[in-house]
Amino acid sequence: MSQLSPRKRYEQQERRRSLLIATVSLLAVCATLYYLVPKAPGWESVKRSFFNWPILEKTFPTLLKAFLWDIAIFAWSLPLIMVLALIIALCRNVRTPALFPLRVFGALYTDIFRGVPTILLVYLIGFGIPGLGLARPWNSPYLWGTVALVLTYSAYVAEVLRSGIESVHKSQRSASESLGLTEADTMRFVILPQAIRRQVPAMMNFVIALQKDVALLSFIGPVELLRQANVYKSLMANFTPYIGAAIIFLCVTIPATRYADYLLAQQRSVRT
Amino acid sequence: MRNVTHKLILEDLTCRFDDLTVCDGINLSVDSGEMICLIGASGSGKSTLLRCINLLEPIDSGHIWLDGEDIAIPGLDPKPYRKRIGIVFQSFNLFPHMSVMQNICLAPKRVLNASVADTKAKALELLEKFGLQDKANEYPDRLSGGQQQRVAIVRALAMQPEIMLLDEITSALDPELVGEVLEVVKALKEQDMTIVLATHEMSFAREVADRVCFLDGGKILETATPEEMFTNPREARTREFLHRIL
Ligand SMILES: Nc1ncnc2c1ncn2[C@@H]1O[C@H](COP(=O)(O)OP(=O)(O)OP(=O)(O)O)[C@@H](O)[C@H]1O
Ligand SMILES: [Mg+2]
Repeated sequence: MSQLSPRKRYEQQERRRSLLIATVSLLAVCATLYYLVPKAPGWESVKRSFFNWPILEKTFPTLLKAFLWDIAIFAWSLPLIMVLALIIALCRNVRTPALFPLRVFGALYTDIFRGVPTILLVYLIGFGIPGLGLARPWNSPYLWGTVALVLTYSAYVAEVLRSGIESVHKSQRSASESLGLTEADTMRFVILPQAIRRQVPAMMNFVIALQKDVALLSFIGPVELLRQANVYKSLMANFTPYIGAAIIFLCVTIPATRYADYLLAQQRSVRT
Repeated sequence: MRNVTHKLILEDLTCRFDDLTVCDGINLSVDSGEMICLIGASGSGKSTLLRCINLLEPIDSGHIWLDGEDIAIPGLDPKPYRKRIGIVFQSFNLFPHMSVMQNICLAPKRVLNASVADTKAKALELLEKFGLQDKANEYPDRLSGGQQQRVAIVRALAMQPEIMLLDEITSALDPELVGEVLEVVKALKEQDMTIVLATHEMSFAREVADRVCFLDGGKILETATPEEMFTNPREARTREFLHRIL
């Protein structure tokens, strides 16, 4: 056994002590809840309609399968969002007077699509455009639902990127241009890599929000997780499938949120 | 074409920020291989003058002749001239997300279209010359301030510039690191690089400069050999400044 310094030993003791206290108090709270909640007058009926184990068991596999749609929609939306956000952020950053209209376009874009509730945009685009009577596959709710998500999220991510670009010290631009690099090269090799690196944690938050907002498409047709849960709810007159859906979402979003926090903490520790 | 007699000529160079005239009718000619030191109080316009020469700051009137060619005509593309003039700043020089080697090779690759192998070989050669060969793959935040500044100089040199502008490259450094950077500048001078250096290091200016210019309120108040400047300045303002700083 290696010798610990007195300070290390003291710190270790302190850590063990606080861990013990935390565990005991957590257990106490859980026990109290476990004892008190079933005493509520409506508990039996709530338990039947929300925490119904047989129903959860029966519906869960199908819910998981429906969740594949959420993953798919998420997976193809994300790269589109990143590309479009980058384009918009660059539009907002052009300095050439001749390209001023691009700036205006970028500003309008972010204002409009951040200003409209996502669900409203999903409705407008998801019902409105197929309503034009387009032929397949151009009337697919998957397509227009994706478009709505991409429009909204790219506006948010564009703003994150733009503030990242602005946070890069202006002498970096000077340093690059003094070497004779073009403005485009300066952006591509010097400014953007720093901006993106700096904003990864902030963008992670939008990635997590997107993962949840995919469920909004349930309102316009795609049978993804939330809609599947909805179908079961009506079929079985029971809310348990919603709990199942919530569990599935949490299994993805909690680790992702923790990871984002970790990235942020890591970045803070690097900076100081 | 005119004024081919000097490497670089500044003629009535004026630069304003809003209603603040930072460079006010600067006249200066620099010979090939000459080393000019700019001295003057904080805010006297040294940095701005260097940035103007590198065309990073647009000038309001006047001319900058490089080998007899006016490079400060409004609307002229500055890039071809910038690559002939290297500049090193006080701080925030290096690109923090790139290794030393990447920092040095970016511009030769993108601007001069040099081959990767060539660029790397030349970069290594330069790094070696300045005692940095084992830092090629380090990132800037792992280097000391002095090493960072030396890398910044190497990066500018990798473009094979005809003139080097050095803007207080030692003033952000701990005193014990100043020496190693000044050694590099001396080495450059010995290789007949044309250098314009803004500095607060009066003893260094005195030791290596061919001529010293005293800037005050955006004007070159006095130009002299280091000997004259530091022992017997003409202007009262210069005397006052030197008195305060020495
Ligand atoms: N981009 C800018 N916009 C407005 N004013 C500026 C700008 N850059 C410099 N100035 C002003 O120009 C003046 C000269 O600045 P400059 O940096 O050239 O001085 P300096 O001689 O290099 O000083 P120091 O020794 O502190 O580096 C200062 O008053 C400064 O506030
Ligand atoms: Mg300065």
